[in-house]
Amino acid sequence: MSRQALDIFASELDATVLQAIDIGARSGVEKRLATLTQDYEDPDALRRLAGQLRQHSLDHLDEYLAGAERRLEENGAQVHFAATTARALEIVLDIVRASGTRVVTKSKSMASEELDLSRELASRGFEPLETDLGEFVVQLDDDHPSHIVKPIIHKTRHDVARSFERSGLGDYNDDPETITRRARSFMRDKFLAAGVTITGANFVSAESGRVVVVTNEGNARFGQAGADVHIVLAGIEKVIPRDRDLALLLSLLIRSATGQRITSYVELIGGPRHPAQPSGPREMHVIFMDANRSDIVGSDMAPILRCIRCGACMNSCPVYRESSGHAYRGVYPGPMGAVLGPLLADEGFGKLADLARASTLCGACHDVCPVDIPIPDLIARLRERSVREKVKHANQGVPPMSVYSLVARHPRLWRLVMSLGHLMERLPLARLPIAAGRAWLDHRTLPRWRGGRFRRWLRRSEKGRADD
Amino acid sequence: MMTAETTVPGMKVVPKRDPIQTDRVQLMMTCLCDAFFDDAARASVECLEEAGCRVVCPPEQTCCGQAAYTSGDWETFRHVVRHVTAVFADPAPIVVPSGSCAAAMFHEAPIAFEGDPDLPRVQRLANRTWELADFLVNGLGIRSWRGRLDARIAVHDACHTRGTPTGPAMRTLLDGIDGLERVEFPDEDVCCGFGGVFSVSHPHISSRMGRRKVANVLSATPDLVVSADMSCLMHQRGIAEREGCAYPVRHLSQVLRDSMVTGS
Repeated sequence: MSRQALDIFASELDATVLQAIDIGARSGVEKRLATLTQDYEDPDALRRLAGQLRQHSLDHLDEYLAGAERRLEENGAQVHFAATTARALEIVLDIVRASGTRVVTKSKSMASEELDLSRELASRGFEPLETDLGEFVVQLDDDHPSHIVKPIIHKTRHDVARSFERSGLGDYNDDPETITRRARSFMRDKFLAAGVTITGANFVSAESGRVVVVTNEGNARFGQAGADVHIVLAGIEKVIPRDRDLALLLSLLIRSATGQRITSYVELIGGPRHPAQPSGPREMHVIFMDANRSDIVGSDMAPILRCIRCGACMNSCPVYRESSGHAYRGVYPGPMGAVLGPLLADEGFGKLADLARASTLCGACHDVCPVDIPIPDLIARLRERSVREKVKHANQGVPPMSVYSLVARHPRLWRLVMSLGHLMERLPLARLPIAAGRAWLDHRTLPRWRGGRFRRWLRRSEKGRADD
Repeated sequence: MMTAETTVPGMKVVPKRDPIQTDRVQLMMTCLCDAFFDDAARASVECLEEAGCRVVCPPEQTCCGQAAYTSGDWETFRHVVRHVTAVFADPAPIVVPSGSCAAAMFHEAPIAFEGDPDLPRVQRLANRTWELADFLVNGLGIRSWRGRLDARIAVHDACHTRGTPTGPAMRTLLDGIDGLERVEFPDEDVCCGFGGVFSVSHPHISSRMGRRKVANVLSATPDLVVSADMSCLMHQRGIAEREGCAYPVRHLSQVLRDSMVTGS
């Protein structure tokens, strides 16, 4: 078959999964729009401003990163730089080993997914616990998140109830409150037993060194309350210039992500426990992970690093809604994943280059992006690269342009083709070995060929001539 | 005449247009009208003439090249765009009965020519290329289209016109026509799944999106489905027909022209 892998994946998806995703994504779209338009006269102006702010941060990333490092160290944190995901994993493992703990709690972090951190810790005999409820379910099922904000958007509460039953967390019960209470009582002891807790970072302020983490479950803060060591894993692009920039960025991030005005918990973490503080981690480590990001910063793809991981683009993307996050085969799904996935892949651009094909370029993603990333333009650039670098699977099912290129540059040939096109209608097009023709006709009819008629009408009415 | 400057909500950058100095316009007929939808091109000429324009339609024109842009073959795209700049060298405004082809000229061509010595020429082409409804309303300043057409009409906005003045301009024109009723339908702003090469590289997803669109449109029981882009309509109608549903599509220009005829 000459179809793309993502299209095949989508065609094999279970109807209940598709429905769960459709409901979850659409509710995200509606809530986002409602709060943004209620609260702001001109949300687009704010999105443009936030886009400029994030682009500015990237344009001066070296300075802001150095500033953040300095402030973090002054605040008592230890700062590490990891060039690759493998190096980031080594650093985490070193810290966890040195702490002597076995149990590690972890709040939601997409950066940690890039190193497959929970599985890596588990495979080395540690006991990692995902403390975000959605990620906890992912962990129980040995699954992968399919959405960056709603990791189990592809599951129903019946699925979750079955997972809990299977994992020995009580008899089947699909009441959300019961599910939550069971998760909470299971986690409580682990929070107390964990010596290390790991979080991501939504932002890191270069001005103050504050690490910002937003959650709705308070699990990141709970993790810090119980553990002696706090590890923050952040992509290098998470740095912002000043604390006051958070007013704009948090306002847009949270409204775009969940349609809330503010999440239940917004932590601004100033460093490890101060001698005057009664509790909190004694040690704080901040790992800034590059993992191909500095290559992106210096390229025409830089705007994708403005991304603040709200998930609005996937909620609004009809292709995502028809295919699920797992169809994107990587950490980041949907439109932002179609750009970031191929660029971040450890195995190189080719691995996920086909994701750039998974778009009609409709622009719904750009319309909702809180930081004004022109995602369709970036996707088009990636397609250009996959053609230039001849990435075979990325161009699967895409009709070659060689004949078109010739005809479109030669007007006489073009007109000849136009006037002969009707001959095509006599051919059994659907049965010819022309993949594109078959792909079209399997699902759609073609209109009658009327090539050349407009030109004949023009000539008769003499409009074809230049009026000199 | 008038300075044409338009700002609309939305994020796409529409270039600041050159002021319109002449009543002469060049029609870019589009490959789809050339091959399938001759009456849409003809109606576009008739609407422009009704609006007082002298229309020329350079016979050496072929295609805007967008299929090459979206397929990633930018070398071909640049070849075709160079041909377009040569054929439409005249400084008169270029009017296109397709928001998609117009955007290929004013938005996509400048991206594909970044760093190319021909960029200034391509940018000048971009600055004088208009989608038809946008040109009639924002270029010529037409605020109301006089005519009569007794029909319930569903308007489909092509995704390439997101953030451009085309959508509001279409509605301005249609709402001036006596007897015409615009009907709304669910998920109007969701893509119909055509997407050019996407329709053949991802036929399953494309056709599912198309079937959703067709069902949503038909739920409003319109007499006609109208758009500034025949490409989306070709896909939607093709899907409806495979499903055995009637799906009468018209280009905006055909509705405007037909309302003139019936109204006079």
